[in-house]
Amino acid sequence: MSDTKSPIILTRRALVGSLAVASGGLLSGCDALNSNRGWRDTLLLAEKGNMALQRTIQGSRRRAREYSERDIGRSVPANGTRAPTDADYLKQAATGFSDWTLTIDGLVETPTRFALGQIRSMPKQTQITRHDCVEGWSAIGKWTGVNLAHLLDKVQVKDSARYLVFHCADTLRAGPYYESIDMEDARHPQTMMAWALNDELLPIGNGAPLRLRVERHLGYKHAKYVRRIEAVADYRLAYGGGGGYWEDAAGYEWYAGI
Amino acid sequence: MTDMIAALDPADPAPVPVAEPPLAPRVQEPDHSHARTTRLWHWVNLVALITLFMSGLMIFNAHPRLYWGEYGNRDEPAWLVIGQQGPRGFLEIAGSRIDTTGVLGRYEDGEGQMRSRAFPGWATIPTDYNLADARHWHFFFAWIFAFGLLFFMVFSLFNGHIRTMIAMRRAEWHPRALWRTIVDHARFDFHTAPGEAYNPLQKLSYIAVIFVMLPLMIVTGLAMSPGTDAALHFPSMMFGGRQTARSLHFIIAFSLVGFLILHVALVIVHKPLTLLRGMTIGHRR
Repeated sequence: MSDTKSPIILTRRALVGSLAVASGGLLSGCDALNSNRGWRDTLLLAEKGNMALQRTIQGSRRRAREYSERDIGRSVPANGTRAPTDADYLKQAATGFSDWTLTIDGLVETPTRFALGQIRSMPKQTQITRHDCVEGWSAIGKWTGVNLAHLLDKVQVKDSARYLVFHCADTLRAGPYYESIDMEDARHPQTMMAWALNDELLPIGNGAPLRLRVERHLGYKHAKYVRRIEAVADYRLAYGGGGGYWEDAAGYEWYAGI
Repeated sequence: MTDMIAALDPADPAPVPVAEPPLAPRVQEPDHSHARTTRLWHWVNLVALITLFMSGLMIFNAHPRLYWGEYGNRDEPAWLVIGQQGPRGFLEIAGSRIDTTGVLGRYEDGEGQMRSRAFPGWATIPTDYNLADARHWHFFFAWIFAFGLLFFMVFSLFNGHIRTMIAMRRAEWHPRALWRTIVDHARFDFHTAPGEAYNPLQKLSYIAVIFVMLPLMIVTGLAMSPGTDAALHFPSMMFGGRQTARSLHFIIAFSLVGFLILHVALVIVHKPLTLLRGMTIGHRR
């Protein structure tokens, strides 16, 4: 059994070590490829394919699955910003967001600033859906808010508007949070500006007082602490050009359906 | 088709025009060579699977916990956790914890630096933690894998690969025949019946891999996608939820690695050069 008697026997350490060396050679090749511009562009073809395929099988009206009350879990964990430290936000939070407004402008006929109370008194919709994080975890929660299409109709979005950019009140390491979606997702029946979670006003960790729910997408598309929605012709002109904070900061896909 | 020469009997002094092909089944060495589509797919698929596995390990590192059911997160119980406690790494399955320092949870990187990560850098693509890049690799090779498998299946149906090589004959399903082939394998006897490319155990493992495990990797993968889930609903529902699908994706991935190791080991102990040749350049001339 001892190593000295039978030198042929691979020890676990040697096995792990040689595996590490072998895969190290393979991996350094992969890492070199990973930073090659042409190769990265090739890999990103998959995002276009994913979007084209999913949009084809979804149509514009297929809904994310909805659940019943007893499916609701212990929590909807807060991720990304858990508590904004921006001075303006802290001031708003201290007064219970009584002065919070949502501005919708850009390519719209009537740019409008909505008071939070106004939004909460609009026709509300409630859905129990699953929140899927890009990291791999999921949580089921009951979201209440106003249908986004309802707000868009109030300001009359122009035909030239192809995307909505969501400007948020929280700043992370690389800058202010933002996200963008196209008009197909914006007008989806489940897409809403939510102000309540599990029958309570939104907690700060989940985006108080107003956040986007864009079911059929991963969590990072669901912008929290939304202050302004801007209708634009091209999201690539906003901020870093990737269409979202994590798209710019970490290179996540703009299309987050998978 | 390759055996025109073998069909001529050298003992026959007066060769007549070949009119009657030999009726009795000839006992001969199986050819071990594969159709061009099979050979091409085999290697493309190998590259795709390895890349998918290693980028998948990096994606897993973003949340190294597995759950059953529709949802699961840090506030819910997990059936599998890879993590670290102080300087030690651990793997926890169904509440039982084993120390895996050096391999899982905590490992030493190329610079001798101890790092806290579920799967070590030498096993992941890319080496360093990068969820976005790992996803780019994963989805790109997922397309190659999925369409490669689809084309292979279609071709195999039409060129007879499935019918002549992989399909189980009725007699092979007999329990005694199955037991026989298991015993043979345990004795390192991998012979195939005359006229058969594979023995029943080989056939069953190829059926399991090609028609069950590989397609399940695609379906469980799609079941995790909120976009596909909204469109089709059934992929995640048939497994009992997104997190169950994620767990199965993980389990089947490691089963495929197990298959790969066994497959390579058996090739090596059997006829490595002949088999490698049959799967690369093909027919002997």
